[in-house]
Amino acid sequence: MQTTESIALKQKTPYAGISRTKKLWNNRTLLLMCSPAILFFIIFAYLPMPGLYLAFIKYNYSDGIFRSMFVGFDNFRFLVINGDLWRLTVNTILYNLAFIILGNVLQIVVAVLLNELRKKWFKKVAQTFMFLPYFISAVLIGLIAYNFLSYDYGILNSVLESLGFNPVKTYSDPHIWPFIIVLVYLWQTTGYGSIVYFAAIMGLDSEIIEAAEIDGANAFKRIIHIIIPWLKPTFIILLLFSLGGILKGNFGLFYNLVGASNTMLFPTTDIIETYVFRSLMNNFNFSMGSAVSLYQSVFGFIIVVSSNWFVKKVSPENSLF
Amino acid sequence: MENVSRSIRTNAAERVVGFIGYGVIGLFSICCLLPFVLVLGTSFTAENTIQKYGFNFWPKDFSTFAYKIVFENPDYVIGAYGVTAAITILGTILGLFVVAMTGYALQRPDFSYRNNISFLIYFTTLFSGGLVPFYLLITQYLSLKDNYLAVLLPGLLSPFLIIMMKAFVASIPHAITESAKIDGAGDFTIFVRLILPMTTPALATIGLFIALGYWNEWYHAMLFLSADMKYRPLQLFLYNVITSADFIRNSSASSNVPLRDMPLESMKMATAIVATGPVILFFPFVQRYFIKGITVGAVKG
Repeated sequence: MQTTESIALKQKTPYAGISRTKKLWNNRTLLLMCSPAILFFIIFAYLPMPGLYLAFIKYNYSDGIFRSMFVGFDNFRFLVINGDLWRLTVNTILYNLAFIILGNVLQIVVAVLLNELRKKWFKKVAQTFMFLPYFISAVLIGLIAYNFLSYDYGILNSVLESLGFNPVKTYSDPHIWPFIIVLVYLWQTTGYGSIVYFAAIMGLDSEIIEAAEIDGANAFKRIIHIIIPWLKPTFIILLLFSLGGILKGNFGLFYNLVGASNTMLFPTTDIIETYVFRSLMNNFNFSMGSAVSLYQSVFGFIIVVSSNWFVKKVSPENSLF
Repeated sequence: MENVSRSIRTNAAERVVGFIGYGVIGLFSICCLLPFVLVLGTSFTAENTIQKYGFNFWPKDFSTFAYKIVFENPDYVIGAYGVTAAITILGTILGLFVVAMTGYALQRPDFSYRNNISFLIYFTTLFSGGLVPFYLLITQYLSLKDNYLAVLLPGLLSPFLIIMMKAFVASIPHAITESAKIDGAGDFTIFVRLILPMTTPALATIGLFIALGYWNEWYHAMLFLSADMKYRPLQLFLYNVITSADFIRNSSASSNVPLRDMPLESMKMATAIVATGPVILFFPFVQRYFIKGITVGAVKG
């Protein structure tokens, strides 16, 4: 009787027996070690959050946040009626879908083919070249695109003219920009993204492949029946993770390719991030920018939580929370 | 007989796949490299050749005039280098230390608050206040407009790097920490004396990620530093050269080159080469660290 009581007491102590202050005291060094990071995220990530209140007022610079007029959901209503919200959502999602699907397919192709190469030096050099675009700034990406697309001096028009075609006015034709942006994105990220798939292939037991070869599987069969199925879980997980971020745009890429003032291209190139940026820096419409951000955060949150719920069903060990 | 024909067929398939592999990978690798050659080639091309023939991979008419103009006011370029180097070095040391410390503490199974703090950090990737409140915070509440701290501070940490550090630390057995604790070492001492020396490859990886981020940092610089600051970070400097003629007009005035003779196009490219050169020269030697970080980080999202 006494023993069970003391056992119960012992089991309780780490949780209920120790007071809150004692627990704090016992963890003091580790807490202190985390404190710079905690402070960082509180200041730069949590402090701005209440600022989303801007979305519900008609912000007026001279009145400040608290004396500007409260308008409820009027900003959102305005964005829905003038079609901005719909256009931004469609653009952002379609671009991300293209990035995710084409990106992953290309990354798998590159990883699989890289694995088939026998010459080591070739593999090394190719990997280095393909990885290179990941290391440059968004500003240089914009400049490189300009090198190809400039109406007067660009390579594209030089090639077109030498083949007898008319030059294209790239920077004033919105229809070709989805292709350009997706192409540039793939150019920059395929090498980087293929690393994950390549590492996954490296994790494949070589005995399985040898056994298949003894059974007479040739290179095509090896790729289609062994390697591709082996990559499927990686693909699904990466896909679901990226779907979670489907409302988040790559500001640096779009801004440096298109610019802030080329309104002709906006119908096909304006995404949530570029819109919010312009409402802040060009139009000084803080409330409208915040409304779009709040919409993005809330919907993004719902999407992440539901895609995580889905990951949990598919493979519980990969779920985020 | 059947065996022989099968092995021939297998070899044929190997050869076709090899052919496709070398072809596709080779072609794509060249496509990844060519734009850099184009920028380099154009930066060495005389301006009137550009105006006549457009940009070219190989300079038809070799000229270093653009570089001469860029370095005509060495103040600007060297100042930009100095600012970027200072921010990169300072930010990397500080950020690396905090990321490593946090990653280690959050990986300790005996740390009571690790889940709460991990969630606090992770939640910031799920929900954010967006650009406008962030901008107001930095400019109005922290008064960091035109202050290099506005570039340095936001780049210090990211949830991604802390998660990466946690994944690296997870490979160190907890027993090492425990035995050191029994010997009477404090948590911070264990971290500095035991864990840091054991995680040097991880630190190199994370440090390189942070450093690359700072070297290429342009977003916060563009938001918070105005173009009339004399010493701007390199990428903002490049951005200003590309988008505005101000700098070019200044150079034209001080170098006594009339504006119509200014190598406007080749100068953009020369500035880009100057701003990116160090990264491209340095990168082949450190890419394996990045590869390691990507493979470790990807496992845990």
